[in-house]
Amino acid sequence: MNKLLTAALAASLTATAAYAESVKVGFVTTLTTPAAVIGKDMENAVNLAVEHLGGKAGPLDIEVIFGDDQFAPEAGKQATDKLVKQDNVDFVAGYIWSHVLLASRKSVVDADKILISANAGPSQMAGKLCDKNYFSTSWQNDQTPMAMGEVLNKAGVKSLYLMAPNYAAGKDMTAGVERTFTGEIVGKDLTKWGADAQLDFSAELAKAKASGADGLFVFYPGAAAGAFVKQYQQAGLKDTLPLYSVFTIDGISLPKLQQAGFTDALGSKITQEWDPSLDNAANQKFVGDFKEKFGTYPSFYAAQSYDAIMLIASAVAAVDGNLEDKDALRAAVKAADFESVRGNFKFGTNNMPVQNFYLREVVEDADGNWTTKVVDTVYTDHVDSFAAECSMN
Amino acid sequence: MDTSLLVIQTLNGLQLGLLLFLVASGLTLVFGILDFVNLAHASLYMLGAFICASLTYAVGNFFLAVLIALPVTALLGWGVERFVARPLYARDHLDHVLATFGLILVLDTAAHLIWGPEGIAVPLPEAFRGQIELSETLVIPTYRLVIIAAGLAAAGGLYWMVVHTRLGMLIRAGASNRVMVGALGINIELLFGLVFALGAALAGLAGMLIAPITEASIGMGNQVIITAFVVIIVGGIGSMKGAFIAALLIGLIDTLGRSFLDDIFKLVMSPDAAENSAPAISAMLIYIIMACVLALKPQGLFPPKVR
Repeated sequence: MNKLLTAALAASLTATAAYAESVKVGFVTTLTTPAAVIGKDMENAVNLAVEHLGGKAGPLDIEVIFGDDQFAPEAGKQATDKLVKQDNVDFVAGYIWSHVLLASRKSVVDADKILISANAGPSQMAGKLCDKNYFSTSWQNDQTPMAMGEVLNKAGVKSLYLMAPNYAAGKDMTAGVERTFTGEIVGKDLTKWGADAQLDFSAELAKAKASGADGLFVFYPGAAAGAFVKQYQQAGLKDTLPLYSVFTIDGISLPKLQQAGFTDALGSKITQEWDPSLDNAANQKFVGDFKEKFGTYPSFYAAQSYDAIMLIASAVAAVDGNLEDKDALRAAVKAADFESVRGNFKFGTNNMPVQNFYLREVVEDADGNWTTKVVDTVYTDHVDSFAAECSMN
Repeated sequence: MDTSLLVIQTLNGLQLGLLLFLVASGLTLVFGILDFVNLAHASLYMLGAFICASLTYAVGNFFLAVLIALPVTALLGWGVERFVARPLYARDHLDHVLATFGLILVLDTAAHLIWGPEGIAVPLPEAFRGQIELSETLVIPTYRLVIIAAGLAAAGGLYWMVVHTRLGMLIRAGASNRVMVGALGINIELLFGLVFALGAALAGLAGMLIAPITEASIGMGNQVIITAFVVIIVGGIGSMKGAFIAALLIGLIDTLGRSFLDDIFKLVMSPDAAENSAPAISAMLIYIIMACVLALKPQGLFPPKVR
């Protein structure tokens, strides 16, 4: 019996030694349900990043294992647990949805693995629940709608109607715009979300119209975006109730809206921390190769996923492949010494990016495809509102 | 609260109710007559939407695409009956649930392979993209009226078929006493196949009608199938009249709840509390109705007469 145990132990030791040849990255995103369209975009970006790195992070091979959260917190936690415990990954990245990230957070940071959000930015994790093992290559949820609030103030919008899905990020988004918007909020609807999300907004749109607001602020990510914009156009609200959106009209919904001829999307204004037109070498290489390989513009989800892999690779290279010294590894991640697609990239005290937010407009590019371009910079080096609540110095 | 908003919301509720009826009618037919629990009804709804979306791009007109897609979906329904449902009639409901749940996974993955994960947006003909002004304050998207008209037409056609045709008589007979219909020399297998195909076409039609509003996407059926089950439970399983009335009831309650509940709550609690609780309660509303119906009339509001 003892011999057997020793043999098993020896085998597992050699196995661990073999693992050290590669850095394992777990990537949790949505690969089923209609929201898989976002997951696919992120998966493409991750694969492109690995390809650009030649499959190497410093001396180690990069091995990415994808996990499917099925658009549900409990499934996301399960996928995370599997990556942490069974696959024994070194990093867990990804996460589109705030409620999935909140549910999965503990499994990763308690196991002393490094967690990198490539999208979700729940307020709790930027503030009270901040952690030395948690980093973000996206934003804190409130920041993008806060930028939109500033835009609305500048545009002289006096009253606003809000619509968002009823989950962690939806609440953060409406809170964000309410924080900076100085006019009156005349109404707010939080709609059902998840795998059986509400996609028919007839009742809410009728209410918004009847409220007499100057503008309509919405947050509908993924497949819901297309449904929303279509119904907005079918209801003919463009002239009476102009649309201001965050994370709704993006690289994922635009090709479909264009295909089905929903021209109300053109000219609409969006705030975001990144844009395919940002003028830096890393971004042009990323956008160019992505378009060539997958035939569409990358979405911001793709850009943030690409950055997440580049960040991981830069940290692994900085510690020369020594993943055992966690403090050194964390310091290397925090240094963020990589070529980000949004230009300079740096972390704040709570490990959230300190970055610019731009106002973008939907336009037609030279080839006739719908995309976005930057029209203004709303915030420069913006720090999220929850950084002060974080206990890390 | 002004009346025009109430009228618009009632029309919205009517539209949702009619779509629910199209799904629920097929479900209640299959459940009531074949005694077969068909969870995969949701997949037929999805396939209807996808087939119609592809055809819209192929033939260039949405309404023409619907006409072609209807028999195709019916044929698919017939295939499901022949190859999945028929061998399972003798088994109990748990086996039906297992098999048809498996079928959902198979069909979802098949749709993923054929059409990709991203879903398809369906363009409408130019004339149906705008709005109709019923009065100065009463503006409703044209296409929503089309859905209401199509839903009412389908319901009317179904009523005529069930009440005034020989097939309808057999369907009613089958719902009351399946064994007796078989004993009287009716080709029960053919009848079952037809009923299944009819249910599939109705579910497919609902999927096709909703696709221009949302889009054809994988798993879209899961959003309606649960509500459709609520409808047939409230209406009484196997009853077309029950499905119709319950569908309109549920559609109206859901829509009006979503639109007016927070205003009502604001009368009795703080605006913040109302804002937070209203979405949760309105999402629960239809289940609360179902629980009440089950408690008071376990057979549903209009149970078919069964001997």
